Amino acid sequence: MGSTPSLPAWEIRNLANTTGFTSEQIEILHRRFLHLTDGKTTMGKDCFDNIPDLDCNPIKSRIVNAFFDGRNLGLQTSGTVDEITFENFLTTLSFFQHMDDNHTKEDLEYYKNEKLQFLFRMYDTNGDGKITLEELREIVDELLSKTSNAEKTSSSIADAAMLEAANICVGQMEPDQLYDGITFDDFLKIMQDLKIETKMHVRFLNMDTTAICK
Amino acid sequence: MLPMAAVAQVRMCSRISLVCLLLGSWALLSLCSGAPASGSESEANKSESSRSVSRNKSVKAFPVVTVDFAHVRSPFVVALWILLASVLKLGFHFLPKVSSIVPESCVLVCVGLIVGGLLKAVGETPPILKADVFFFYLLPPIILDAGYFLPTRPFSENLGTILSFAVLGTLWNAAFVGLLLFAVCQIQGSGLQHITLLPNLLFGSIISAVDPVAVLAVFEEIHINELLHILVFGESLLNDAVTVVLYHLLEEYASDPEIGAKEIILGILSFFVVALGGIFVGIFYGLIAAFTSRFTSRIRVIEPLFVFLYSYMAYLCSEIFHLSGIMALISCGVIMRPYVEANISHKSHTTIKYFLKMWSSVSETLIFIFLGVSTLAGQHQWDWIFISCTVMFCLIGRVLGVLGLTLILNRFRIVKLTPKDQFIISYGGLRGAIAFSLGYLLRDSFPRTLFLTAIITVIFFTVFVQGMTIRPLVELLAVKKKQDSKRSINEEIHTQFLDHLLTGIEDVCGHYGHHHWKDKLNRFNKKYIKKCLISGERSKEPQLIAFYHKMEMKNAIEMVVSGGLPKLPSSVSIQHVQRKDTLTERLLPTLTKEREEEVRKILRENLQKTRQRLRSYNRHTLIADPYEDQWNQILLKRQRLRSLDPRGSTYLTVPTGGRGSPPEQKPAESDATYFEPRDPTSDLPSITIDLASPFSSESVEIQNKGAVPGEDKGIVFSAKNPPNDENGSPNQRMQRFVSDPGPDNKPNDHFQS
Repeated sequence: MGSTPSLPAWEIRNLANTTGFTSEQIEILHRRFLHLTDGKTTMGKDCFDNIPDLDCNPIKSRIVNAFFDGRNLGLQTSGTVDEITFENFLTTLSFFQHMDDNHTKEDLEYYKNEKLQFLFRMYDTNGDGKITLEELREIVDELLSKTSNAEKTSSSIADAAMLEAANICVGQMEPDQLYDGITFDDFLKIMQDLKIETKMHVRFLNMDTTAICK
Repeated sequence: MLPMAAVAQVRMCSRISLVCLLLGSWALLSLCSGAPASGSESEANKSESSRSVSRNKSVKAFPVVTVDFAHVRSPFVVALWILLASVLKLGFHFLPKVSSIVPESCVLVCVGLIVGGLLKAVGETPPILKADVFFFYLLPPIILDAGYFLPTRPFSENLGTILSFAVLGTLWNAAFVGLLLFAVCQIQGSGLQHITLLPNLLFGSIISAVDPVAVLAVFEEIHINELLHILVFGESLLNDAVTVVLYHLLEEYASDPEIGAKEIILGILSFFVVALGGIFVGIFYGLIAAFTSRFTSRIRVIEPLFVFLYSYMAYLCSEIFHLSGIMALISCGVIMRPYVEANISHKSHTTIKYFLKMWSSVSETLIFIFLGVSTLAGQHQWDWIFISCTVMFCLIGRVLGVLGLTLILNRFRIVKLTPKDQFIISYGGLRGAIAFSLGYLLRDSFPRTLFLTAIITVIFFTVFVQGMTIRPLVELLAVKKKQDSKRSINEEIHTQFLDHLLTGIEDVCGHYGHHHWKDKLNRFNKKYIKKCLISGERSKEPQLIAFYHKMEMKNAIEMVVSGGLPKLPSSVSIQHVQRKDTLTERLLPTLTKEREEEVRKILRENLQKTRQRLRSYNRHTLIADPYEDQWNQILLKRQRLRSLDPRGSTYLTVPTGGRGSPPEQKPAESDATYFEPRDPTSDLPSITIDLASPFSSESVEIQNKGAVPGEDKGIVFSAKNPPNDENGSPNQRMQRFVSDPGPDNKPNDHFQS
């Protein structure tokens, strides 16, 4: 790819400390970042359109928004930012690291929580802390978006899912009670059996730089 | 007092009679196998003499009663064996004390031993488990059952681990046992110097393979968690290729002491040919079976036959070329299943499931019994040193192999294998009938009887000692058991979401990982393969919808079969989940015409038997047949129910599995009042939707937006605004369930139209 501006060593060390990636991984990801942004230092939403494989993904917009979501980046303001720096890019990707057993139990609990928070925020688009029925319907719609004539079944699927969630989380309900939406604690309860945190990782181990240029 | 004693007596009597029946049948069996030889002779004599007699006399009495056992003999004996095996299995479950301590396989082997002893005592030679019968008739059903119902997700997630255990683990075991036994044989004074290296290695390779039949038989009863089960079971299935290659290779070269590099390379090549060839044969037949099932919509009855026959052909074809038949069967079942299940009817699916379970169960029983019988049938040569060393080396080799492999594998695995897991994996390495049959096939140039004795000893040791002790050990070590969780729709949604998310992240990073390729494969599958192999519009159905429909069907059937009341009535219904203003949206699931028909048929069949069940699905049937005449009876029954169980189950349509059609609800009153219809004088509309009737367009809009032209998607409609309460026409209020006898005239009633 020719000469790409590489990061100074102190910056790499800084990033390694904050995000937990190793220096080789940071360098590789930096090259990828520059490839996506065409050399600029910040990335906008349109840069993600350069990735052809991502277009086939039904939840592409959610993934892209997750990169720009203020809550994921640890910013005080909730809401989306327009441009992200390389550090923000790394921060979002760091949610997909694999936590091996070298960490303490509290650390592991913390990382698990963080990952599930990330996932929760992807579902909860308006940021009110609850996954409502409409949001669930949107999700199911997106998952089924590549098929035709799926609108009706998608809402009934979403209803069924919400019913199940209410069942698990609240159990017996009074006739007047309304189950507003899935809060984060309810989400944890539902996800308990799935052990999603073990599956939510991407292996950054063997990344071949030649395969990156796409 | 008296009834108790009587019951106990009856039980004792039944047990005794069972035992007597069994013993009597075994005696009959022995006589049958022995008698016909002499019987046919005497028959021949008789016919000859009668003919000669008839030549002298022109009049011969017509034999009114004849006994001609000879020509029924083979099928008779076979049927009798299978019958007795099944009766035995039955009897086993009547003795709860025995069945909780001793696994079924042990009891069956013991019975086989007893029968063999009886037969020998009578003077007949007991039948030996012939290798042909075993490999062609007894083994395939078990493997097909395993392959067809293989849980693909955990299997593919752990494929690396399973393969390394199967290939590397088996190789290590074979080498370890073979080499150490050779060392033992070389010791002066053992009397075994005549056994050279290669026969020892051959013996090692026969004895080192973990046996799927034994593993299934034992692990089925202990219900350990899915991961361990799939690891040990997957290993036992996939090591067949290694065993086949090693066996043929070593048998070929055992006479020829020169093993050079050429032979080793040929061996490795042969391994790949055998394994991959078996898989390809299986895939080929699986695809053909899927394609055939696409056209079976007119003759549903023979659908299961295609599944069985194509799989069996795959097995036999691979046996022609000495490829791995087991891998062919497994891959055929795995490939065929998603497409065939989308094409065949519900009844065929049930038929396949039960036939496979039945055949595999019978096969398993017969295998173990024959193992017992064959033990007493053949000749034995007992050598303390050889046999005890074999047993020891097998155990030690297995443990070392598992430990070593896990050390390496844990560096690559996300969910590490704990020492408890490793213990169960090594302890679960049971040997079984495959080893015996392979040993039986050995040529006589090998010390066959010694090997057979040693193999039988190892098998007995693993089946009895390890089989019996594994259950208390699992309890002792508190190994995680299988969780009986039904797959929920939430799980399905989140798993799919996560798959897409991870694929997206991999794409962003530019990293072609695991998820990327899996996603590509799925897309390829959806775009091309499904179109060819699945009939009708189900080929375009995404997995989520297919899953949802399957769940709905299951729930509907469950509700109808369970007598109308769900097991755990939950008080959560759709009203709790939706806001009032959004409730006007329709919440009917869309079913295609065929699906609707199927659901309707199932429900109609069951509803005709039992009266008091009206479920939400009745909406579909009600449109066709009004239940007016049964309405009063239903009302009466409901009143009775109300007195029994005031809580009732208003939310009958909400089983814990999640539902799509919500019931109606009265917010403030107790459920008991639901059981009275408010106005019995008004027409109790079973049919409440009349497509032809002109609804006011403001209130109801019939949507068929999504319908493919020319395809009737059933009745789907939604209400735009809530119909007026005051003059809400009864047509718009559906009386759907007995439990919800209908909407009230209350203004804040929630209902759908």
